[in-house]
Amino acid sequence: MSNQNDLKRYTGSERLNHWLIALLFVLAGLSGLALFHPSMFFLSGLFGGGSLTRIVHPFIGSAMFVLFLIISIRFWHHNVLNKNDIQWLKQIGDVMANHEERLPEVGRYNGGQKAAFWVMVISMIALVVTGVMFWRPYFVDYFSVDVRRIAAVVHAVAAWGLILTIIIHVYAAIWVKGTIGGMRTGMVSRAWARKHHPGWFKEETGQK
Amino acid sequence: MATQALHVVAQSATTMTPPAAAANTVHVAKLIDISSCIGCKACQVACMEWNDTRPTIGDNDGSYNNPADLGPNAWTVMKFNEVENAEGGIDWLIRKDGCMHCEDPGCLKACPSPGAIIKLDNGIVDFNSEKCIGCGYCTSGCPFDVPRISEKTNKATKCTLCSDRVSENQDPACVKACPTQALTFGPKEERIAYANERIKDLNGRGFDKASLYNPQGVGGTHVMYVLPHGDKPTLYSGLPANPTIAPTVGLWKGIMKPIALLTMAATVFAGVIHYAIKGPNTVEEDENHDDKKA
Repeated sequence: MSNQNDLKRYTGSERLNHWLIALLFVLAGLSGLALFHPSMFFLSGLFGGGSLTRIVHPFIGSAMFVLFLIISIRFWHHNVLNKNDIQWLKQIGDVMANHEERLPEVGRYNGGQKAAFWVMVISMIALVVTGVMFWRPYFVDYFSVDVRRIAAVVHAVAAWGLILTIIIHVYAAIWVKGTIGGMRTGMVSRAWARKHHPGWFKEETGQK
Repeated sequence: MATQALHVVAQSATTMTPPAAAANTVHVAKLIDISSCIGCKACQVACMEWNDTRPTIGDNDGSYNNPADLGPNAWTVMKFNEVENAEGGIDWLIRKDGCMHCEDPGCLKACPSPGAIIKLDNGIVDFNSEKCIGCGYCTSGCPFDVPRISEKTNKATKCTLCSDRVSENQDPACVKACPTQALTFGPKEERIAYANERIKDLNGRGFDKASLYNPQGVGGTHVMYVLPHGDKPTLYSGLPANPTIAPTVGLWKGIMKPIALLTMAATVFAGVIHYAIKGPNTVEEDENHDDKKA
């Protein structure tokens, strides 16, 4: 399927950055869910038991945050929402029905991708800030019990928001064929770019 | 842990009801009659002796509090507080601090590890160190600031109400050691009846606000106080006037858990349904060939 006319979408270092975050997200998510709901506690077995799950979760989360910080510094300027993106989001029904032809021109990222980016930024910041507040034994003593109680709720809400966003992120990649390949090899086909990101296609090729 | 033999009625992080919840045993209670307490700390010593806890020697904080606060090796501590009274004199208020053994325990509600915190059918709330993962959520759940996490073992600790002694029909060690019967132990109903006698006596001696501290915000407690100044429990080294499980903890450990999991599952299902109905979004390969030509 790959062909020499394919367009470069991601560099090797960007792909590595992305997949390391993905791996750490899965680990942080599974260990976090183990501590969130009794029905998920069995997942603590994957990490060597409850105590180890409790110990490793914040380290996994911190590593994920650092890598996410790097990728968001790299990509934030691609993710500034413009008028077209707002219109795109308003026409989410057409998006779901695969009616690209009715949508305003999409650049490197569409409105949904940009919105997801910012939800991830906000939830990652919320997770790391609140997570530190009840990270035992290192930081917990610097915060009062009232702060820790609020932190735990905000941490859970932010994790919930992030998990829902990632489910949508992963599904969109499965739904729109050619997308996963873009993150796997760094290359996307011209047809894919023209159909899903015509604005970016023009920038890259000078063609219509 | 043989939870059935122990008559466990509630466990942390468990959605099922343990078998003993159907049992109907007598609820026990320890009554702390503050008006009879002389602050001798025999209870503290007996607690350390029975439970083999030895707090490290700390610093004098300018009061009779020693150690200054509850700790992983100090499950009960006498708290001394000096308060100016209406007559211009000083009231020296002494309270034996420790786990209140709530009927609705916030620690148990907050705990994420199945069975690490259990409630027995007699009302005792106990920690099972083998299942404790050291997360400290119990400290967020507790309205009385009781559980302490050991720096050495990373396990949560607190007063067990001497559940081991009680199961052998013995009084808790602190009760056994008390020389003035400020501490008494037995069926909760009997302890309440005795407390009411004490309150009547205190009323006759000028303490007209004396009352029983058995806070209903946590469903009542299995450690109760007779407070001479019953209208101002906070005078007694910060005993909370209306303790409840914090609403944030209720949210976090209540409605959020099922809603979060259901919405996550629903989002995955929505993806499956969308994929089945609207199908994958593909690009025609022809376009690729066109590009090649171009």
